[in-house]
Amino acid sequence: MKKQKNKLAGLQKRKAISGYLFISPFLLGFLVFMAKPFFQSLWMSFCDVELGAGIINPVFKGLKNFKHALTIDPEFNRLLVEQISKMCVYSLAIMVFSFFVALILNQKFKGRALVRSIFFLPVILSSGVILGLETNNQLMANLASSIEETTTGVSVTVALENILRTAGVGTRAFEKVFEVIDNIYDIAIASGIQIIIYLSGLQTISDSMYEAAAIEGCTKWESLWKITFPMISSLFLVNWIYTIIDFCMRSDNEVMKKFTTVMIGEMNYGLASAMAWLYFLIVMAFVGITSLFISKGVYYYD
Amino acid sequence: MTKVKVKKYQNFWERNRKSHGYLLKKTLLGYGVSICRFILLFGMCFLILQPILNKISVSFMTEQDLYNPIVISIPEHFTTENYKLAADIMQYSKGLRNSLIISLTIAVLQITMCTLVGYGFARFEFPFKKLLFALVILVILVPPQTISSSLHLHFRFFDIFGLIELIRGEPLNLTGSVLPYYMMSAGCMGLKNGLYIYMIRQFFRNIPKELEEAAYVDGCGTLKTFVRIMLPDAKPILTSCFLFSFVWQWTDGFYSRMFLGNTRLVSTSLSTIVDSLGVWIAKGTGMMNQTVSIAYSNCILSTGTLMIILPLIILYLFAQKGFVESLSSSGIKM
Repeated sequence: MKKQKNKLAGLQKRKAISGYLFISPFLLGFLVFMAKPFFQSLWMSFCDVELGAGIINPVFKGLKNFKHALTIDPEFNRLLVEQISKMCVYSLAIMVFSFFVALILNQKFKGRALVRSIFFLPVILSSGVILGLETNNQLMANLASSIEETTTGVSVTVALENILRTAGVGTRAFEKVFEVIDNIYDIAIASGIQIIIYLSGLQTISDSMYEAAAIEGCTKWESLWKITFPMISSLFLVNWIYTIIDFCMRSDNEVMKKFTTVMIGEMNYGLASAMAWLYFLIVMAFVGITSLFISKGVYYYD
Repeated sequence: MTKVKVKKYQNFWERNRKSHGYLLKKTLLGYGVSICRFILLFGMCFLILQPILNKISVSFMTEQDLYNPIVISIPEHFTTENYKLAADIMQYSKGLRNSLIISLTIAVLQITMCTLVGYGFARFEFPFKKLLFALVILVILVPPQTISSSLHLHFRFFDIFGLIELIRGEPLNLTGSVLPYYMMSAGCMGLKNGLYIYMIRQFFRNIPKELEEAAYVDGCGTLKTFVRIMLPDAKPILTSCFLFSFVWQWTDGFYSRMFLGNTRLVSTSLSTIVDSLGVWIAKGTGMMNQTVSIAYSNCILSTGTLMIILPLIILYLFAQKGFVESLSSSGIKM
């Protein structure tokens, strides 16, 4: 009995070792490349950083930078609140939209390959240098406005909004919904990656499951909830986290721009680090809490 | 021919009668769904394609057309001059080759490493696993820009404390070389690598344990199980991760500028294309301080963007098969 236990422990140990071997590239990379800048920036957030010729000289100042960011800086609080509230609405919209699109794209129809490659375009368009170029392309903006001028039709959302407003239905909630609908292009562009992640998950659900369910008298709607949802629930978590992070960490959002101006414009590295850390902690907390709720519903095989 | 059709037609109604109208209802519903789907997809595709279509039409216009208020989407004077010019300014063929080599090697390296790490996190139990995984989340969460306040200093005062210098033991300015970036990729610290780890781990967690156990029972070692059993199963997720990695590397400006400053890449030359255009024109006309009109520079910018997107779309068309064929190679499911 005892011997058997020992052997089991040996197996576990062996598994643990191979586990460590598998993740060793990450550990090494983290220690070598990430840990130092990371803690350095944490340290700097508690310091006043003086820049000399070729030297940086952090002087410990305690919580001064954090206090400054939260109480003295005129913009930071407002930007933070705006960004977080915007994030909630948009992340939900992106999740729903991308799931819906992935469901459609997973069906069999003519020209699926073409449509799929079109939906891959947002991944390209929302990445790297192209995103930055896209936002300040004057010519395209001119074109869009000239097209808008020539078409005299009223947009559907505006008409609908007017009807609802005169009917006196609760306006605040609808405003958000309409804002999302009006910005559907942004959402479509931002949801390219999520669509592909969902698609790759949907592809792995075998048809025989649906077949079995259909034979048992399951409708499509029921099998969506009973099969598709649990099977790709782990990807919901991935997508949710990715969506939030992508939304918060895009270099073109207001908070990030603020960091850049404080850091490079005002040369105040300490304050910039403090702000970045505050923002980072808030996002981290948000991600942590929401993913805790989502992971309750995630279904794993084991 | 018609006879067969008629027969089939009668057949349908007959079958419909026999099924008490169920067949008709089902067929109509099927058509209804297809039509709705078509309308939806058409709308959404148009939404995504419209800016690209605009760019395509602009890229074939002469400068004269750009100012012509009547010309909106179809150029009056069709020209491919813009493409030639953009290719010339960006040194397209050279940039393309460099970008291709770098993106491909980086993507392969990153995905290999991330697959190993993701598999390790998904399939093995070891002490401090939760804590270590929290570090992965941390890496996802920390965008390069956030630690760039630190990295910024890092590269500015490289002689005094550079990490790479610590490893290599000599003060070396590696900012212009490719090596540190490959090292970072090998350590899973490249662009968005935490995300790949996370995605791959989520995927591997969802593979039934029986599959792995069966392999162990049959005498496969850990590594062999991974290569023979797990990897073929993970093809769809690996394909998508590879695509992301390639695309992000292709269009990335941040790391490219930091590490690969001297290498000519399509992404970096696209971001400076407007300035290069100014220089090029100044050189051509021999006049300095000549400003390029916004419309024309944007036209060239659109052309350049199209030229950068094109290889990625071609790549996607090939890689797409990886998604579709994934099912055939999978083992037990369910």
